Amino acid sequence: MTGFKALLLRDLHLAFRQGGDGAMAVIFFVLAALLFPFGLGPEPEALARDAVGIVWVMALLASLLALDRLFQGDWEDGSLDLMALSPLPLELVVLAKALGHWLVSGLPLLIAAPIVASMLQFDPAGLPRLVLALALGTPTLSLLGAVGAALTLGARRAAVLVSLLVLPLEIPILIFGVAAADPAATGDGATQIMLLGALLALALPLCPWAAAAALRQALD
Amino acid sequence: MRLTAEGLAATRGERPLFDGLGFALGPGDTLVLTGPNGSGKSSLLRLIAGFGRQTAGALRWDGKPLADDLEAYRRQLHYVGHQEALKPALSVVETLRFWADLADRPLHDPAGPLAAMGLGHKAATACRFLSSGQRRRLALTRLILWDAPLWLLDEPTVGLDDEALGLIAGLIERHRAGGGITVLSTHQPLPLAGARQLSLSDFPPARPVVAAEW
Repeated sequence: MTGFKALLLRDLHLAFRQGGDGAMAVIFFVLAALLFPFGLGPEPEALARDAVGIVWVMALLASLLALDRLFQGDWEDGSLDLMALSPLPLELVVLAKALGHWLVSGLPLLIAAPIVASMLQFDPAGLPRLVLALALGTPTLSLLGAVGAALTLGARRAAVLVSLLVLPLEIPILIFGVAAADPAATGDGATQIMLLGALLALALPLCPWAAAAALRQALD
Repeated sequence: MRLTAEGLAATRGERPLFDGLGFALGPGDTLVLTGPNGSGKSSLLRLIAGFGRQTAGALRWDGKPLADDLEAYRRQLHYVGHQEALKPALSVVETLRFWADLADRPLHDPAGPLAAMGLGHKAATACRFLSSGQRRRLALTRLILWDAPLWLLDEPTVGLDDEALGLIAGLIERHRAGGGITVLSTHQPLPLAGARQLSLSDFPPARPVVAAEW
């Protein structure tokens, strides 16, 4: 497990020292979400109705921002070779990288989301459910993103390709995520929360496995 | 401890690189790969490191195909490729520590290996401030961070000054004396005692692949 920890810490270290990607995701999330009142009009009822959808779509897009660089840098400078040669299985390399991506770009969204939702006139009573749904949904986004990033490794315009690959796969998370905290929905959203948990439980072993297979191809 | 290749053939993309290549290396052997650019030296070294698959032939470590137990085999080798695997924002010592942790090897004293490679005064420097020769030296420091019987070095001499060339030759010589195997590619003559040469142009692909018709 030394290797897993070392890789995760190095990625966090790099993210903070270079200061770019992580902060960028949150700033993008907040700014882009706050554009909606200008586009949709400032009526509180309309905004309150759409707040959950806005938050989720923006969270989805924010998670895509740094995705194309997830493996690219390590692939270009030869670090990925060393990771493949190390005793750490490539699946765990992917898991460490996805976890790093989530800690840097997903976790801050959990803090920013209630603020943004409140600015959009979202009913405060629904905030815990929204945050819980995001907490279960955003790690899945990072895991799916890791698969996309591994598949597009070495491709030109990888950033666009990743989005095209990953966004359709993320639709179920969007549907359940929005439904979990939608004020118009009946019920307490527990079913949707559980489904989000199930998706995460499914992605946790499958995505690293698929991404590792793609990385092996890229390293040949 | 034996590395053997028999009837090895490989392609890069669609282009065949070499065919019928073979060698047998035992403890203390050094093999220098030569050949013009694009002849497949790097591909052969990557193949030996367990990346990709040959199109024909077999690579064996102690008589067993590499793929049989790739993980155990890879723990026995050091691979230093073209890229130095350095992050501009990490310091020299942090880089060494990361490499050792990743390989699950203890790193007690990074200062010793760094001093041996002439980088003692650069320990706290961020990698972005290293010159290309210093980057190369740092990548090669990995060789002496922990012991591995098989060294695979892809153009280790690129960008190195005469002093560093002597250092590398000394490292390989010490490795050889200790019974280690080294396979390296180089365009610069290195003073290596008893090194065997293998020219990849002696193993041309059997037939040129006919370009696919469109």
